[in-house]
Amino acid sequence: MYKYNEFDEAFVRTRVAQFSGQIARRIDGSLSEDEFRPLRLMNGLYLQLHAYMLRVAIPYGTLNARKMEQLAHIAETWDKGYGHFTTRQNIQFNWPKLPDVPAILTALADVEMHAIQTSGNTIRNVTADHFAGAAADEATDPRPVAELLRQWSTDHPEFQFLPRKFKIAVTGAKHDRAVIRAHDIGLALLRRDGALGVQVIVGGGLGRTPMIGKVLNEFVPIEDMLPYCEAVVSVWNLLGRRDNKFKSRIKITVHEHGIDEIRRLTEERFAMIRSTFGGVDQQLLREIEAHFTPPAWVNRPVDAYDAAYAADPVFRAWADTNLAAHRAPGYAIATISLKAHGATPGDATADQMRVMADLARRYGHDELRISHEQNVILPHVHKSDLPAVHAALKAAGLATANIGLISDIIACPGMDYCTLATARSIPVAQQIATRFDELKLEHDIGAFKIKISGCINACGHHHLGHIGILGLDRAGVENYQITLGGDGTENAALGERAGPGFAYDEIVPAIERLVTAYLDLRASRDEPFIETFRRLGAAPFKAALYPAAQEKANAA
Amino acid sequence: MSRVFTPKIITANALLEGDVIYLGHDGQWVRCLRDARLIEDAAQAEAQLAEALADPLVVGAYLADAAPGPDGPRSTHFRETFRAAGPSNYPHGKQVEITADV
Repeated sequence: MYKYNEFDEAFVRTRVAQFSGQIARRIDGSLSEDEFRPLRLMNGLYLQLHAYMLRVAIPYGTLNARKMEQLAHIAETWDKGYGHFTTRQNIQFNWPKLPDVPAILTALADVEMHAIQTSGNTIRNVTADHFAGAAADEATDPRPVAELLRQWSTDHPEFQFLPRKFKIAVTGAKHDRAVIRAHDIGLALLRRDGALGVQVIVGGGLGRTPMIGKVLNEFVPIEDMLPYCEAVVSVWNLLGRRDNKFKSRIKITVHEHGIDEIRRLTEERFAMIRSTFGGVDQQLLREIEAHFTPPAWVNRPVDAYDAAYAADPVFRAWADTNLAAHRAPGYAIATISLKAHGATPGDATADQMRVMADLARRYGHDELRISHEQNVILPHVHKSDLPAVHAALKAAGLATANIGLISDIIACPGMDYCTLATARSIPVAQQIATRFDELKLEHDIGAFKIKISGCINACGHHHLGHIGILGLDRAGVENYQITLGGDGTENAALGERAGPGFAYDEIVPAIERLVTAYLDLRASRDEPFIETFRRLGAAPFKAALYPAAQEKANAA
Repeated sequence: MSRVFTPKIITANALLEGDVIYLGHDGQWVRCLRDARLIEDAAQAEAQLAEALADPLVVGAYLADAAPGPDGPRSTHFRETFRAAGPSNYPHGKQVEITADV
């Protein structure tokens, strides 16, 4: 894990002092809200429906036990005893009071954390594959590159007033768990003839105008990665639309100018700035890489795991859904579900955070990850320790065996918290999860991704859900649109709108009709929903969603 | 033809706590919707909003539609209903914090 050097430490402490001074001047009236607002946003402090919200960066979703324990401490001391993990691998505290923010930021700085650039028109927290450094299918650990990008983008003087926010995601594996095709820049680390480089994808994004990113360059050598990324952001910084917020993201710039023109301009800019980097970035990258050396794997028998797997059906169900293949023999990646049926997706109490921190320290080489799917991961657990890990999780209400299943729902905070929201998301997620738990169908249904956003900005990635749900305000009433067939992986696809929306009390029955139709239509138990959808198209699912329209058509 | 004016309340967030506040009958900010002053005149609404926007201790004041109710104003849109009560996923916010004196 990256450890702050003197520069990082001084930078973060200085920023805490600056922002604390700005808060003091806002409270004593020296700063107006118009003057203060951009300052607080640069430091991750929003004003939401019921309270302030502080968004804390968890760079590329990686943290350790000490950091997680400090988040628990913050939740308990200055909030309401919990935190909300987000689709950008961050954590949000929903109830801080303005005078307490300096103390919270100081507590974060004590464990090398901050809230810088988690908002505003800057380069946001760089996200990465949450299985980085652990996944069996990984070519290269993407975190050193993500950390290099974090350092480069933090307080980058050219990029503090961009046309709009800018998000970068990195993966080092073939299977895309980082949703790189829905980011402003998506980087896929790969090897060509033994040399390391990146495939550069630009112009992906969701929101009002969802777009799948386009390949800008199939292979940029790793030595050129940083100047190349800087060239992309520079080109957009000048070309990007500042006259219209809805057209300001790079996806629109790419759409309006064409990928070929953006490529030409990027190459031109790259040629101009490349030499100015002078290899410093590569020297830095090598220093960063030293922070990410893999743990010393232990080699011991996995008998305890095999015995528990054979004897305990609850453990077996959890192992079957929540474990993923690890690169080291005898190890597994364990995903801790923050999606207990009926609970708020992504929320963890301070006590649960402490349990997860303790497990990481005892059994997980002191590493934890946050996934964009709002779960927590112990990336390196020896299989022989998994029965003990599972028992501890069970005692803390954290052993829900539903990763990748229909109740493992992404949901934004929606109108329960967010000022931008047009409808609630959380209760819809809670009700869907509860309903399918009651039906005892979710393991039979299999792999299924439902993603819910409470407004068109799409923080809940609804366009990428196998079923996406978008909450809207229709004439003063909550209304939910369904999209079908979205996919956030390397086969990225935007879901298509199924038809008219559903009222709040109609949405769960509508989802149930869709799933029942899938169970009838699938070729076998091994064909997941998304495959059935691709095979048959939307028509049979639309018929299930709108039975009245179907009857009318049949009668005609 | 000008639009018919519908009754309004003035609401904002408190600077220090960030929580939802309403302009009350005596010009003081109150924490509970039913204690808000229902304004039935367009000119008065605009004048009071201008004053509210100039108040350094509140953030983002605006006019919201409301209707008279037996215990004071009530919201006419679900967004204001959530603001007046708190989130639906936890017993947090005004739904548990409001006491008789606010």
